[in-house]
Amino acid sequence: MSTATSAIAELDSAKEEPAPRLWTKRNVERFLSVISPIILLLFWQLGAALGWIDTRFFPSPAAIFEEAYAMILSGELWMHFSISLQRIVIGYVLGAVPGVLIGLAMGLFGPIRAIIQPLIDATFPIPKIAVLPLFIMVFGLGEQSKYAIIATAVIYLVLINTVAGVRNIDKIYLDVGKNFGASNWMMFTDVALPGALPLVVAGLKIGMGIALLVIVSAEFVGARSGIGYLIWTSWQVFQVEKMYVGLLVSAVLGFGSAILLNYLERVVIPWKSR
Amino acid sequence: MGGTPSADQRSAVKFEPAANKIVLEDVRKRFALKRREVVALAGIDLKIRAGEFFCIVGPSGCGKTTLLRILAGLETKSSGKIEVHRDPRVRSDTRVRPLNSMVFQEQSIFPWKNVRDNVAFGLKARGFSRQERADIAEAYILKVGLGGFENALPHQLSGGMKQRVSIARAFANDPEIMLMDEPFAALDEQTKLILQAELLRIWEETRKTVVYVTHSIDEAIVLADRILVMSARPGRIKSIVDIGRIFPRPRHVDTVKSSARYGEVFGEIWSLLRDEVVASARDPSA
Repeated sequence: MSTATSAIAELDSAKEEPAPRLWTKRNVERFLSVISPIILLLFWQLGAALGWIDTRFFPSPAAIFEEAYAMILSGELWMHFSISLQRIVIGYVLGAVPGVLIGLAMGLFGPIRAIIQPLIDATFPIPKIAVLPLFIMVFGLGEQSKYAIIATAVIYLVLINTVAGVRNIDKIYLDVGKNFGASNWMMFTDVALPGALPLVVAGLKIGMGIALLVIVSAEFVGARSGIGYLIWTSWQVFQVEKMYVGLLVSAVLGFGSAILLNYLERVVIPWKSR
Repeated sequence: MGGTPSADQRSAVKFEPAANKIVLEDVRKRFALKRREVVALAGIDLKIRAGEFFCIVGPSGCGKTTLLRILAGLETKSSGKIEVHRDPRVRSDTRVRPLNSMVFQEQSIFPWKNVRDNVAFGLKARGFSRQERADIAEAYILKVGLGGFENALPHQLSGGMKQRVSIARAFANDPEIMLMDEPFAALDEQTKLILQAELLRIWEETRKTVVYVTHSIDEAIVLADRILVMSARPGRIKSIVDIGRIFPRPRHVDTVKSSARYGEVFGEIWSLLRDEVVASARDPSA
């Protein structure tokens, strides 16, 4: 009798959902993700203060943040940040928009693909930064050469992904469009374009990463302003704190653009969101 | 003196009991597979009547889907003749009634369109205004029992609900002929039973000509007026079984399945099919 009741009691307890706990697996992982960089910074600070590490190469985090604060107050940081941002935005748009349009045209029309594809295949392997001297020669040392180098780097990745997006649309959707009598224009707006969007957005994301890479290296050599210039000149005059501020800002720039593009992805392709 | 038929001419056509809707004469399909010629259809002669629910069963690879895709205009025939008798009531000055609309086997509704826009796809292609589209689509969304899901995206729906959308999309387009390619094949047994019953109900309201491909004998008996049994590749007509004579309309899935004659009919069709299934299993190219 008693065994029977205890068995029932056990079943009852098994059915109940566990009460919400603070230390769920997920929360623990979140906590670890937040705490790990903080601990690293703490050790770094401690190491610098106790002389374990060479502060000529690795100035303490406090010194870096102090420098950043001073640069914000003086407006120097904003000047470098805004000019880099402007170059990225303009160059990115100049590369991404034609990249999507040409990519769609190549994906949809065989002859256009036949004309452009060999040019892409032949020039894509050239490291984009290698053509900077050419662009400086053509456009001068001003802003145009920066826009051009970013646009060039971005257009390939966006274009290649867009072509793949159009070419890989599930054939069934094209069958449906045909069977239901969709015009060529509707095939484009209602089938090909939305069908290609997931890969187009993937291309836009990779393109942004490349844009950041290219602008910093372009500013190393061919600029008098910008985050890349800040990093390079700080190193040359051995203002190491400033160099670290430059690194910090480029990280923030990359992080911010990733957040922005992830948001864009959720808005334009909601059917892919989990 | 124009081409418009007079009222009595029209009704004469309309009420002629067994007018042929689709007439196929010696339709053949060949294609190359790894440089070898494969004959998918080896001469199909067939008359499908207006308003008939016509099922095609056959072993896999027998060309039944190919035949349907040829009727849908998605593939070309290699030779032969297909005549489709268009409804004389169709007026060419309105947005022309489409000849056929297909319900596909696999997931075919657009993941980027909500239920309403998916159902209204054919109407949009035909140039209906946004308001007209919404009104017509709504009626069919309710007909297939998806009221309240108009704004849902396909990834939020179950497999059965997606096929309901696909069926609503075809019916909303108001075609003269419905082509269905194993629309319920991927669904679980219970969902399949429910959707078969609903398809019967909607079909009995509209009485469209339906050509329905399936590998399920069971499904064919429940739905069809006539069942075409196809041979293994190369696809030929093995036999045509008149189910409408045995199970009259209006028909209910449950009554058919519990009927004493059901097992007998099933056995008859299976015996026609069995040799073909065995033959198709031995065909290396199938």
